[in-house]
Amino acid sequence: MASYKPVVVQSFPKLGEKITQDTLYWKSYKTPVQIKEFGAVTKIDFSPIPPHNYAVTASSRIHIYGRYSQEPIKTFSRFKDAAYCATYRDDGKLLVAGSEEGVVRLFDIIGRAALRQYDGHTKPVHVADFLSDKYRIFSAADDYTSKLWDIPTATAIVSYSEHTDYVRCGCISKLNTDVFVTGSYDHTVKVFDARREKSVMTVEHGQPVESVLLFPSGGLLVSAGGRYVKVWDVLKGGQLLVSLKNHHKTVTCLCLNSSGQRLLSGSLDRHVKIYSTTSYKVVHSFNYAASILSLALAPEDETIVVGMTNGVLNVRHRKHEKSKECLPKKKQPAYRTFVKGRSYMPKQEDFFVSKPVKSHLKKYDKLLKSFQVSKALDVVLQAHNRTPEITVAVMQELTRRGTLANALAGRDEAQLSVLMAFLIRYVVEPRFAPMLIKVAEMIIDIYLPVVGQSTVIDKQFLKLQEIVEKEIDYQAELLEVLGMMDALFATMTRKKATSLEENKTNGILRSPEQDMNN
Amino acid sequence: MVAHQPLRVVRCGGSKLSGARAAFSADAKYLLCTSGDYVKVYSTATEECVHILQGHTNLVTGIQLNPQNHMQLYSCSLDGTIKLWDFTDGILIKTFVVGYKLFALYMLADSEGSVFIIIPKKNEDASDSFQLVSVKLPKTPDQEVEAKDLSLILDDIGRSPKCTAFGREGEYVASVRGLHLLVHFFKKKKTNRFPLSGTSRKGANNYFTCVACHPKEDCIASGHKDGKIRLWRNFNHKREYTFSTLHWHHDVVMDVAFSVEGNSLLSGGVESVLVQWRDGSDCKKEFLPRLGSTIEHISVSPDGTFYCTSHTDNKITIVHSNLRVSAVIQGLVKGSDVKTGLVVDPRTKALVLNGKPGHLQFYCLQTDKQLYNLDIVQQEYIHQVGLHQTELVKAAFNTQGSWLATVEQREDKEIELELQMKLWNYDEQTQSFTLNTRINMPHEAHITALCFRDTDELEDATPTLVTAGKDGRFKVWMLVNDSAEKPSMSWSCGFVGSYHNYPANSCCFSEDGSLLAVSFEETVTVWDSDTWDLKCTFCHPPGKIRNLCFGRLSCSKYLLGTTDNGFLCCWNLLSCALEWSTQLNVIVLQPDPLSENIAAVSQLLDHSDLFVFKPNEPRPFCIQRNVCRERVQWAVFIPRDVPESVGSEKHQWLNRSQLYMLTETQDLLTFSTKSPEERLTPSSKQLAVEESLPVTPFYLLLGKHRRQQQSKENAELGTAVIQSQLPQDSPEIKELLHTPAHVLPSASFLCSIFINSLLISKENKSSGDVVDEVEMDSEKAEDESDEDVELSEMEQDTNPTEFLGEIAPKLSKAQEKELRKIRRMDYSWVAAL
Repeated sequence: MASYKPVVVQSFPKLGEKITQDTLYWKSYKTPVQIKEFGAVTKIDFSPIPPHNYAVTASSRIHIYGRYSQEPIKTFSRFKDAAYCATYRDDGKLLVAGSEEGVVRLFDIIGRAALRQYDGHTKPVHVADFLSDKYRIFSAADDYTSKLWDIPTATAIVSYSEHTDYVRCGCISKLNTDVFVTGSYDHTVKVFDARREKSVMTVEHGQPVESVLLFPSGGLLVSAGGRYVKVWDVLKGGQLLVSLKNHHKTVTCLCLNSSGQRLLSGSLDRHVKIYSTTSYKVVHSFNYAASILSLALAPEDETIVVGMTNGVLNVRHRKHEKSKECLPKKKQPAYRTFVKGRSYMPKQEDFFVSKPVKSHLKKYDKLLKSFQVSKALDVVLQAHNRTPEITVAVMQELTRRGTLANALAGRDEAQLSVLMAFLIRYVVEPRFAPMLIKVAEMIIDIYLPVVGQSTVIDKQFLKLQEIVEKEIDYQAELLEVLGMMDALFATMTRKKATSLEENKTNGILRSPEQDMNN
Repeated sequence: MVAHQPLRVVRCGGSKLSGARAAFSADAKYLLCTSGDYVKVYSTATEECVHILQGHTNLVTGIQLNPQNHMQLYSCSLDGTIKLWDFTDGILIKTFVVGYKLFALYMLADSEGSVFIIIPKKNEDASDSFQLVSVKLPKTPDQEVEAKDLSLILDDIGRSPKCTAFGREGEYVASVRGLHLLVHFFKKKKTNRFPLSGTSRKGANNYFTCVACHPKEDCIASGHKDGKIRLWRNFNHKREYTFSTLHWHHDVVMDVAFSVEGNSLLSGGVESVLVQWRDGSDCKKEFLPRLGSTIEHISVSPDGTFYCTSHTDNKITIVHSNLRVSAVIQGLVKGSDVKTGLVVDPRTKALVLNGKPGHLQFYCLQTDKQLYNLDIVQQEYIHQVGLHQTELVKAAFNTQGSWLATVEQREDKEIELELQMKLWNYDEQTQSFTLNTRINMPHEAHITALCFRDTDELEDATPTLVTAGKDGRFKVWMLVNDSAEKPSMSWSCGFVGSYHNYPANSCCFSEDGSLLAVSFEETVTVWDSDTWDLKCTFCHPPGKIRNLCFGRLSCSKYLLGTTDNGFLCCWNLLSCALEWSTQLNVIVLQPDPLSENIAAVSQLLDHSDLFVFKPNEPRPFCIQRNVCRERVQWAVFIPRDVPESVGSEKHQWLNRSQLYMLTETQDLLTFSTKSPEERLTPSSKQLAVEESLPVTPFYLLLGKHRRQQQSKENAELGTAVIQSQLPQDSPEIKELLHTPAHVLPSASFLCSIFINSLLISKENKSSGDVVDEVEMDSEKAEDESDEDVELSEMEQDTNPTEFLGEIAPKLSKAQEKELRKIRRMDYSWVAAL
């Protein structure tokens, strides 16, 4: 006849975010390393050359950190006031930085003193970068100007003063040696070509622009300002492609991942959001302790470094799974032993004798099949502490059979304490609460006469009581909140409710009339 | 118009098969069992019903093979007659009128011409004391004989046939009642009474439930209420009797039986485990577990090859003596309360309702056979009295039959309600339903109604399901794609509606699926199924809405509702007004899916009436009073495969679909306009059995010939070729088939004769217009083994077998060769003709 049906273990839906490729990818970072800087971290830049050191600009210093170092391996501290925007050149040998006093300095990463100094700006220089031909530097300052400098001669080549407010961000095109972009607090982003006297394109962001970014292809321009991140199509003459509003405070920094498939934005609301550059949907987000000012990703996304207003530098390194595979594997039969004969196609004259499929029952199922309820409960309590749903499913099966009390009774101290530990751990979990509350009640009923004989059990009982009391308090509080929300919703939907009332009265009034007619 | 025939109520699905112990025929080829007023003869090999012995006018209570002639069967019934049947042909031979209600029938091998019966003491309904009497059956050639020669044997015994058993060679009879075992010895005319104490300290319950006697020794086995089995010995002494106890059952022992040789004892009970005790010892026992439901009766075939157990859920299991189930005869499962109601599977047109515990049964009404059971709950069923099991309470199909929704619940006083809704998808490949979504606690309280939105196949709407619950909400469930990567579909809640937190009683979609009606207590709410906005409400105070349904086809603008204070109301959806209402205590309201007709079954005092009407016409066009005495629980219209032409205009509504009703006593009723004679036309059951016999290689060979002959005969009816003799009639074949294999000469010797007998004679062959083409490998053909020749015969579909019989057995060698050549030729051109 029908064979034994094993216990059905309920599967519960995973609450919270769904697991996608992205969440898996972005979650595979180790616990962050926190490094305290002297002031707010305004800029982080990775060296394009291995071993990918990174320069961190904070207060009046520029620190250079190695990949796994917690201490700076080099420090540039020849600034009288705050330094800004320390950026590597493509070859990783030179570093340029603006400063509060309006001077742009060029450093050799081996040396200590500045190689060159570029004077000309009258206000603090917040932006400085190398053009992609490596021989020119562009800088932009709070005096509304942006300038191009020749590195060897330290002379200004061009100066543009089209912005009408502070210029606080900029970037260069990797493809074209002459093109660079600046963003300003006058709500505009301008694209300049060093060969022209004037800007070649202007887009209106709508808020003071805090950060701009050109895609590696140069076709798309991303600007961040206010709560918005906007993507512009440069090739279509600066047409707005998409406007993202996923932060609830000013977005301060932008960054692309190494493949260019994901866009990261950091904001004062302490979040880093990751967007897909195909759908422009948020695929993941990180949470930080303080407002974020700067953000950088190492090549191959090996490291995420985030700088915050409280001067903390947060460094996350990627986990590597390779170490696990290197572990010596247990010797197992070769794969072919298992598939031996599986692929054999029966010939026409062969008699096919089908082998009955052996169903393997779990240990608790075997015990339940032979009605050994106490043992079955013991088995699931010991072995499956990691899978409480199996334990609860067996308990449910026992209630269904009406033998849960028998299974719970007659335990010694050690067995009971395992059971109590399970209860203490899971009794407040909503998935298991209905079942476990009943189990707890039964245990109290059964073991009430022997309370006081064992200190271990007494302690566990007290702990259970404490947990349950705490949970009751929580629930009461939640009910209050729910009541408040109900009141709010009621005021919002009053209008609709009245219309329903009218309808109803109509129906009631009408039907008796019709009755009379009939 | 044909003569007006009255509409008759017909019971279908048959009665319980487990009314009395079943009996095997002497060769164990047939199983005979009682079924209501009939005795049914089943084939043990094919599980098919071969004959139905009809004649009794009341419940048949016992059947026994005639010990003198094992092709005959005695049956006794509550109508006071004993009938003698020839069960192989299904003929009633004799009727003996006793004149008392007969509750059991026993026969002994040596007591010729007399039978033992159990009759009530005073021949009244109310009488609760019974006696065992022997009746002399008079030997007269008449068809109907009065048998009044009764002699009392035992007084004040149990009514159940299980409580009395006859011992070795009819020397004694044992009977149990309450706490007493009575043993009466025929020769000594002595009765011994063995009492047991009522209760003991250990809480034993010693009441007897059944008794059986050892066929060879002086040993009586008795079953008890607390699950014990006692083996009594030495009972011819009043004082020095002994008994040993076997205890495995934890609940009542329903029946015990000894095997034919008496070396093993079988017992069964509520646990639905057949226990075989070897040599009457406690340690040597074997089990056949999970038989499905409580074992009521156990019987053993006379040749000892089979056991059979009758179960409470209308099932008979035939078990091999090595405790392997060999066949299951399953009627409409009538075990539990039908909570799902009657549902029609749109795919197979089968009736779907609660089956085995936790299962849905699919029952084919055309063949009166169970198709299959679908396991819904998927939990191990513990056979124990008083357990709160998970019950299947609701089931619904969508219009195409591709989705099935089921609701199961478990209710216990101590623990809160457990609800689970499951959605099953029909898998075309495996031809069965597979679980798609499981929803825990879809509602906070009981689910009262469940319905799918009807959609056309062409329309690409998302499948939608609505559930209404006592928690005052109705929920709309929709099929959605739940993950972006994989194309996996699952159901999730799309909308929750409520109306002043009144409990929702029922819900119903309109025919086109655009409107949803949900009733909350006394109010009917109508919702737009696109936006889920409340459109309007209807009310007919005071009275809770019981049923709700929309009109169909031309009447789709009407909404019908019944209230529990006895009103049937019809609202017009266009004017939002009550169209008409009438005072009628409607229990069941069921629309016909193929027409505008709506059937309403009302309950008045002690009988149910049926009304069939159209919503646009408040006057019913068919009223059928007194459909049945019991309360009708459920009803359903089942579309007919072929529209039936019903003569009477009054019964036109039965043309396209048939109405089935299920009563409280779980009888399935339907209507028929045919007279009883028409319905009971003997079918070609005998043929069906023959065809469904297992196929043997010889059958393949010979059966094929026979079928070909038949088809040929049909095709060439006009030609002069006449089949005179069947091939198996030839002496050679007879010899081959009927001689035991171990005395036959070697096969190679026989084969030539055998093959010769199959060959065609020369004269006939010439008429076949043979083509000149001759195969070249005729020499080789001779060398081939003769089996190959046989094989080739089977392969050639169009052998001219009509000539087979007329072969002259002796042919010259040359002729034989010639013939073989012809046989190997392709005759497919014959078929082309």
